Amino acid sequence: MTRRYSRLAATALLVLAAATGASTGAMAQAKTIRMVPHADLKTLDPMFNTAYITRNHGYMAFDTLFAQDSKGLPKPQMIDTWNKSEDGKSWNFTLRSGLKFSDGTPITAQDAVASIERWGKRDTMGQALFKAGAQFKVTDANTFALTLTEPFGLVLEALSKPSGMPLFVLPQRLAATDPNVPITEMVGSGPFTFKRDEWVPGNKVVYVKNPNYVPRNEPADGLAGGKKVMVDRVEWVYIPDGNTATAALTNGEVDMIELVSPDYLPVLENNSDIKLETTVASQGMAVVNALHPPFNDARARQALYHLVNQKEMLSAIGYPDKYRVDYCATMYICGSPLGTDAGAAPYAKPDLAKAKQLFQEAGYKGEKIVVLYPTDNQNAPAVMVLSQAMQKAGLNVDMQSMDWASVAARRLKKDLPAQGGWNVFLTWGGYFDASTPLTNPWLSAACGNSLPGWPCDQKLDELRTAWIREPDVAKRKALAADIQARAYESVPYVMWGEFKPAFAVRGLKKVELMKTGVPVMWNVEKS
Amino acid sequence: MKYLLRRIAAVIPVMAVVAVVVFLLIQLSPGDPAALIAGDTATTEDVDKIRRAMGLDKPLLQQFGIWAANVATGDLGTSLSTQMPVSQLIGQRMGPTLSIAGFTMLFSVLMAIPLGVLAAWHAGGWLDRLVMLLSVGAFSVPVFMIGYGLVYGFSIKLGWLPVQGYRPLDQGLVPYLRHLVLPCLSLGLVYMALLTRMTRATMLETLSEDYVRTARAKGLATGPVVWHALKNAANPIVTTIGVGVALLIGGVVVTETVFAIPGLGRLTIDAVLRHDYPVIQGVLLVASGIYVLINLLVDLSYRLFDPRIRS
Repeated sequence: MTRRYSRLAATALLVLAAATGASTGAMAQAKTIRMVPHADLKTLDPMFNTAYITRNHGYMAFDTLFAQDSKGLPKPQMIDTWNKSEDGKSWNFTLRSGLKFSDGTPITAQDAVASIERWGKRDTMGQALFKAGAQFKVTDANTFALTLTEPFGLVLEALSKPSGMPLFVLPQRLAATDPNVPITEMVGSGPFTFKRDEWVPGNKVVYVKNPNYVPRNEPADGLAGGKKVMVDRVEWVYIPDGNTATAALTNGEVDMIELVSPDYLPVLENNSDIKLETTVASQGMAVVNALHPPFNDARARQALYHLVNQKEMLSAIGYPDKYRVDYCATMYICGSPLGTDAGAAPYAKPDLAKAKQLFQEAGYKGEKIVVLYPTDNQNAPAVMVLSQAMQKAGLNVDMQSMDWASVAARRLKKDLPAQGGWNVFLTWGGYFDASTPLTNPWLSAACGNSLPGWPCDQKLDELRTAWIREPDVAKRKALAADIQARAYESVPYVMWGEFKPAFAVRGLKKVELMKTGVPVMWNVEKS
Repeated sequence: MKYLLRRIAAVIPVMAVVAVVVFLLIQLSPGDPAALIAGDTATTEDVDKIRRAMGLDKPLLQQFGIWAANVATGDLGTSLSTQMPVSQLIGQRMGPTLSIAGFTMLFSVLMAIPLGVLAAWHAGGWLDRLVMLLSVGAFSVPVFMIGYGLVYGFSIKLGWLPVQGYRPLDQGLVPYLRHLVLPCLSLGLVYMALLTRMTRATMLETLSEDYVRTARAKGLATGPVVWHALKNAANPIVTTIGVGVALLIGGVVVTETVFAIPGLGRLTIDAVLRHDYPVIQGVLLVASGIYVLINLLVDLSYRLFDPRIRS
């Protein structure tokens, strides 16, 4: 009897082992990269919002007409050839032949134009392009033309815009969707295909190699060039807890953490199996409400600049020395093509006395200064440092604790600070968004805008328009310097430092492209 | 049967009150889902357009009417942030949470009842003191600390078990169980401590009853005496187990976060942080339904253990 039970148990165990072995074996055969993303993917439509996680999803599932290389220069991506008239007001574009969507249907000029038109309604650069009278016309299945009524020196820069809302190419029928309603059907033009059936929001996003994608022949460079996929599958495994993510990487359960929390950098640095790399820098931004006193006076906003100690604010967040820039003078990211110190000299060192004087000149009378303090945001310690400096300067600071969701809603309110409005909140922007006068949200906000903070400076508007219209690169750089110098006077926002986000990999090769700050998975090999 | 039907009918008004309270609480909390969906650099104009497109600009009463009418037809709505049906999101998350809750309670009950009985039988002795010391310890240490400690020991140092994640049963029984061991252990220790203390206290009271003393005086063996006493002490223990399961369904948030398990707890927290009203409402409605159902089962089980209630 006992022997019979033993045999039964042994058979059951064998069946179980075979069953589990079969499933794990099938999983092991596919080359899969597992990455912990910086956030959970919620919105699939890459032209719906400016969330970086949605942008990153866009780069996986969609391709762009042009893309920026590692030097920030626009290069053709889905485009084969193009030409323009001497005055820069007429352009012709030809798509590469043989391009297909993930469902196998050919990509045509109609898809490209429909995508441009949808993008033009959502993106700041797209809006600027259409404001210059842009009209796109399909010439034949593979070509389309652009005509402009006003000069616009940034046509290729706009079409290759790498962040915020890059111009991803969608099928025409999807691009025709109301731009205020997110697209949920994913038929992509990119190197990977989104697996909707395996998507578990809050946990996992799965992509597989797109068999219909045709990469360019040139080597990959920045976000441009040949997007060759070297793995079968990519999984974004969302692990909200930094400690668990670090342990999972240490244990080999994931291959990469896209954004390592500053607290865990020393732990991972000491692990020889793990490689830490930094990306291009990101910028801290203090948004100041220009509608209400005292910050409706530029002198009060300048005073805030005199209180900023970049090193202190960044070290409060926890970034060790090599992951931050101790002092950066430019609003366009240090080391970027437009980087300049124009106008920054007065603010090189914090100056409490000068700040006090400027607040006095601005007519500050001791009213409450409402600072929004998002306790669940990585900037929270920097808010405390700035608030303390404001208190030292004699401001009556009212730091209001809340979650980021509440900040997101509160910052839209134009009410007086004492009646549910606000004076100051802190946020940050990535390299691509901060590095030009048109992609930087607070430098690009023209008078009459509806961007929280509501900055308005006519002179800045004129300079920006001139910059947009200028086709010559050298002249445009000079104009960018003028814009920054003016922005240090009128202060549409306060830049409070730069940090270099780090990503960690284990067993992955050729990850250099990820230094763009976008975790692109093409060309990456898994050992 | 009549009793059962009456109890089930009583669930409906409870759920209706829950629905109204949940809806009002969420709507009254600060925050704007449209602002979060629009992104950090969105303008007020962008946010207004999204709000209108999603129907969030409609009067509160109208929004509630639409939601309640849909719920009545079994449609819990669509998530504002992912545009996925709420019922699908809940369905995806139900398996992990029920697995954790089930195995945690199984572990807790299997450990706690014998420990509680032993402690009560040897009341005042070293075994009793040891069990109580362990119970107080397990009850006092936060779940996340236990979790991190287990991960460090069993995953990082020994490499026996995975750090995080969940594998559904259809990917194999072994991966499924391997991914549940640490979460259930870290959560189960707390419930084990609670149940052990409850069992000990109830058994102590029962063991001091006259009929137990009589049974022992008549020379009945220890086993039957304990079993007899345990049956009489069952009702408070079953109540604690029932409340424990219900609390577990909604209280696995920390465990699910520490072990990155895609369960209902994390879905709720995520929805709260993003002000995703339909998801919060849907999850709370389902969770309250489970709570009411478990209470019903506990009530019915009283009749099983106590013949006086049956009569």
